[in-house]
Amino acid sequence: MGHPRVGYRGVGYARVVMPALSFQWSQQIVMSTRNKLQDPGDEPDAAPPQPSRRRFLQSAAAAATVGAAPHLRAQTPGPAALPPAETHTPVPSRPVTLTVNGRAYTLQLEPRVTLLDALREYAGLMGTKKGCDRGQCGACTVIAGGRRINSCLTLAVMHEGENITTVEGLASNDVLSPLQRAFIEYDAFQCGYCTSGQLCSATALLNEFHNGTASAVTADVRSRPPQLSDDEIRERMSGNICRCGAYANIVAAVRAVHDGGGQNSAGAGSNGGLHDTKA
Amino acid sequence: MDAISYERAGDVAGAVRAAQQPGAVFIGGGTNLLDLMKGGVARPMRLIDITHISGLDTVGTLPDGGIRIGALVRNSDAANHALVREQYPLLSQAFLAGASSQLRNMATVGGNLMQRTRCGYFYDTAFTQCNKRTPGSGCAALEGHNRTQAILGASPQCIAVNPSDMSVALAALDAVVRVTFPAGERTIAFADFHRLPGDRPDVDTTLRPGELITAVDLPPPLFSDHSHYLKVRDRASYAFALVSVAAALQMDGDHVSTARIALGGVAHKPWRATAAEQTLNGQPLTQARLHDAAAAALRDARPQHENAFKVQLAQRAIVRAVNQAAGHSGGVA
Repeated sequence: MGHPRVGYRGVGYARVVMPALSFQWSQQIVMSTRNKLQDPGDEPDAAPPQPSRRRFLQSAAAAATVGAAPHLRAQTPGPAALPPAETHTPVPSRPVTLTVNGRAYTLQLEPRVTLLDALREYAGLMGTKKGCDRGQCGACTVIAGGRRINSCLTLAVMHEGENITTVEGLASNDVLSPLQRAFIEYDAFQCGYCTSGQLCSATALLNEFHNGTASAVTADVRSRPPQLSDDEIRERMSGNICRCGAYANIVAAVRAVHDGGGQNSAGAGSNGGLHDTKA
Repeated sequence: MDAISYERAGDVAGAVRAAQQPGAVFIGGGTNLLDLMKGGVARPMRLIDITHISGLDTVGTLPDGGIRIGALVRNSDAANHALVREQYPLLSQAFLAGASSQLRNMATVGGNLMQRTRCGYFYDTAFTQCNKRTPGSGCAALEGHNRTQAILGASPQCIAVNPSDMSVALAALDAVVRVTFPAGERTIAFADFHRLPGDRPDVDTTLRPGELITAVDLPPPLFSDHSHYLKVRDRASYAFALVSVAAALQMDGDHVSTARIALGGVAHKPWRATAAEQTLNGQPLTQARLHDAAAAALRDARPQHENAFKVQLAQRAIVRAVNQAAGHSGGVA
């Protein structure tokens, strides 16, 4: 009996993530190209101009993917392995308005489109990354309604009316946030793929700690954790995997901003995306 | 992911009404449901978004001194609510032991109750054998990799474990689940909410189709001063439990007046270790008695070929968690 291929969070993650990553990239490029062909009207009015380098790379990769697609499909067990369920009829797309980094984007979306895909493929905000697409790696972390979340495990349509901050919204008037500057100063990344998620996560972490939240390493949850120790930072950042292993420098960068200026210096940029949590 | 239709419910009655449609399921935080849908394990046709229903996202006190946690309270908010942290620290600890900050910010209390197992054979549709996913197809885990699977209460049909940390604490605290259905409301004692697999491992809970969880009630806090949630896992954070223990004690000097012990990671449901509780109740808390209690808790264990280690691990975890709850240090059996 073979080993289960995917889906067990935590066990053998390093073995699983690399094939998944390369597959997701191919799938994503095909999806993006298809959208462009079928729905030329999808680009939002407010979307910033796309860098031509990315468009060129997408076209080139899409051409290369055509030949590879049958191979990928053959290796990918999916819903086809199940007996056909009740009929899943096509569901039309509809306008969904998302407020991202203080700007309104009205996108034509099917209900099944995740917030991550809406940001990247429809709003053209490529800063948020797709890693595992299953809530295991944290690369897709954004701040929605003041909370850090995995944008891959939520539907865009569920976030109408919320303020969403992505990595593109952390800087203010072209001035990097203190955390962004600290990540550069402390060399807190190597390949950079996880970095936008790390930054959004750490920005929210500083706010959460400021509000007195406890963590799994807080000695007594009945009282406020006395200090943001390295153990506290590691525990609170455990939802963000860095396959290059830049963890020591990420912890140092978060610590530097926390020690250096307290909460205000961790601000979420021009739209002030952070709020106290309720309930 | 399959095409799905989507509607927002405005209130509980509307949600319960909408759920009568074929192929309809409720979506809260969505962290487990969307994961299952992406893998083709769950294939709903219609999502009823309950996250905009007002009134279900608060924590409040009850006349008897207990508290009511709304089903839509996010796991992070429940963990950090002042009433939970001060009066039910065991539950706060259990919440914080689960998942990551991002997922706790999304996941609701009601959704956490409905989490499905993370058995790899259930999740991976490349494996055709899974009685939980496809009733009657067999169980690939019996002969396959079963290091993480159940050692208590399993059946020849299914050896999967419930993945929730929150539920282990709720089992120890004797919580009550409140649900609404089209004709009214009812309450379900926590011990009766999750099921053992038996010959229907596809059914995780005693919730009936279309019923909506509205809240979890906790009895008055009796264990605020002596409780501990211990989670043992393959890495320090962000992993499911191999074994976890929720221990809650009422102490009278060195005597245990009441002990509550529940185990996670060992069974298809949160497992109350009643034999261990009975061994401790009304007795002085000596290490010898505690070891006897831990042994009693695992007396009926039936490990699989890869997880015999869980039997001793669970016993040691009970000893350590109870010692921690009592304020004693140490605890390796």
